[in-house]
Amino acid sequence: MSSTAIVSTTSASARRRRPDLTPYLLVAPAVALIVLIYGYPIVRIFIDSFLSPTKTGAKTVGVANYGFAVNDPVFWKSAGNNVFLLAGVPLMTVLALLFAVVLFDQIRGWRVYRTLVFTPYIMAVPVIGATFVYLYGFNGIVNTLLRDIGLGGVAQDWLGNPTLVMPSILSVVIYRELGFGVMLFLARMASIRLELYEAAEIDGAGWWARLRYVTIPQLRSVIGFFVVIELITMLSWVFAYVYSMTGGGPGFASSVLELYIWKNAFAYRAIGIASAVAVLLLVATSVLIVVQLLVRGGESETGEE
Amino acid sequence: MTDRGTRRNRTRSLRSGGTVFRHVLMISMAIAAIYPVYYMVATSLKSKQTWTADQFGPPLPPTLENYAAVMADGRIPIWFLNSVLVTGASVIAATAISTLAAFAIARLRFRGQTFLLRLMVALMVIPPAVLILPLFLGLQPLGLTNSYVGVVLIYSGMLVPISVYLLASFFRTLPVELFEAARIDGATTMRILRSIVLPLSAPGFVTLVVVNALWVWNELLIALVFLQDDQRRTLMAGLTLFKGHYTVNEPLIMAGTFIAALPMLLLFLFGQRFFVRGLVAGAVK
Repeated sequence: MSSTAIVSTTSASARRRRPDLTPYLLVAPAVALIVLIYGYPIVRIFIDSFLSPTKTGAKTVGVANYGFAVNDPVFWKSAGNNVFLLAGVPLMTVLALLFAVVLFDQIRGWRVYRTLVFTPYIMAVPVIGATFVYLYGFNGIVNTLLRDIGLGGVAQDWLGNPTLVMPSILSVVIYRELGFGVMLFLARMASIRLELYEAAEIDGAGWWARLRYVTIPQLRSVIGFFVVIELITMLSWVFAYVYSMTGGGPGFASSVLELYIWKNAFAYRAIGIASAVAVLLLVATSVLIVVQLLVRGGESETGEE
Repeated sequence: MTDRGTRRNRTRSLRSGGTVFRHVLMISMAIAAIYPVYYMVATSLKSKQTWTADQFGPPLPPTLENYAAVMADGRIPIWFLNSVLVTGASVIAATAISTLAAFAIARLRFRGQTFLLRLMVALMVIPPAVLILPLFLGLQPLGLTNSYVGVVLIYSGMLVPISVYLLASFFRTLPVELFEAARIDGATTMRILRSIVLPLSAPGFVTLVVVNALWVWNELLIALVFLQDDQRRTLMAGLTLFKGHYTVNEPLIMAGTFIAALPMLLLFLFGQRFFVRGLVAGAVK
């Protein structure tokens, strides 16, 4: 483009008449990719969930695929396991908050602790899974410690016991995700204005009162964000944990909805059923997505950092 | 991270009572957090005999025979290269595409830009499990299943929402005067992107690349479904296969597992602040 003043004025007035297409061209590749990777699949699972493949092509079967799923005990077992994992979120949040508060007081060596608690979060789930298979195994460290302290009777195959397999998996999820929470909370705590603590101290607030009336209220939105993100994780991002530790077993004791979809899709070739459950999972996740948008929206309206 | 604020706070922390309790708490936490990594490394350095004799002790004498065996098996090196290839290509493609979109959303005015940004936030959390079957059915007729192109397409698509969101927040922090001055000097939109936005955004890009690389390197479900050919598997998908193959040879499996974990551990060791900044950026701006 020429840089003379006259030319740029004319081009500016031309732009006023004809809308500038540059922004649309810039977002076009991203939008195209999103339509392909998100748009197409989301439309297609809705359609496929009402179809059943036959020799002559797919035919409409109404809600039969949904009917199959809701009459399948494995579906309910899987959904129940996701609900069990969801119930672990409050525990994880409280633990993360506890560690963050302790680290925030800058006890000696807090930087080292901070790095260590964050390390599991950057390790891949299959890596952690492969390791915990041994740690939780019959001769793993957990049982060995139990035997050492005379509790050998409690020792068992933690991932092979149908009633204990889900708590064991939950503990591994918490093990890895905790560091993320600690890091989030610490980052937000660092931006709390000091005057708030000074004012609290002048009012005679002790450690607990400062935590209760300054720190936690200031962290409200980031705690909300963490809770929503972890609820979404427990509902629909735990495939790798389950697959790498138990494959859903023993039996179907540790199956989750993602595994149920994956098995129906690629092991049983039941496209309609897999799509129907994918729709259900998407709807459940969407509820949380809306909550997340509200949390973020609320945050930006409150203004400061 | 702002360490300044917390450091000043130090004087205000109550030194009484709880100190011992806090240290006990943090030390147990630290041991629990790091033990699995230690176990992985220690086990991988044991011969099968050492391991059978003492499963939990230190690896004495340490041996590299398991790593030699992993190399001799030959699959993990191939999977490692596949992971590098897939991760590199996906991150580059996603970053390029997202930069253009994020620049438009953050610095230009057009219809639908607010909607687009909100859409990105919503898409960020759509689980892969919902998308894989229709993507598989859609890509199969195009010959894009079991292909690097197909999987890179999926990964880069799934990285776009988070990338656009992070880059747009980053671009918004650049001083607006720079843009006005450039406009007055007659710079075109693309010129502004190239000469102002890109050079000033290096820290933002490093952060984004690190976080995205972490995600692709560690991803399992898509890798399992879309790269099933043994020669094309990624490390994470291959690892689960490798594990099934050598179930009883724990030191060997731990060696393979540690090789899979090592790149991200190293990246984390040298670029911790970028990880922290990137992973936290989504929540705390």
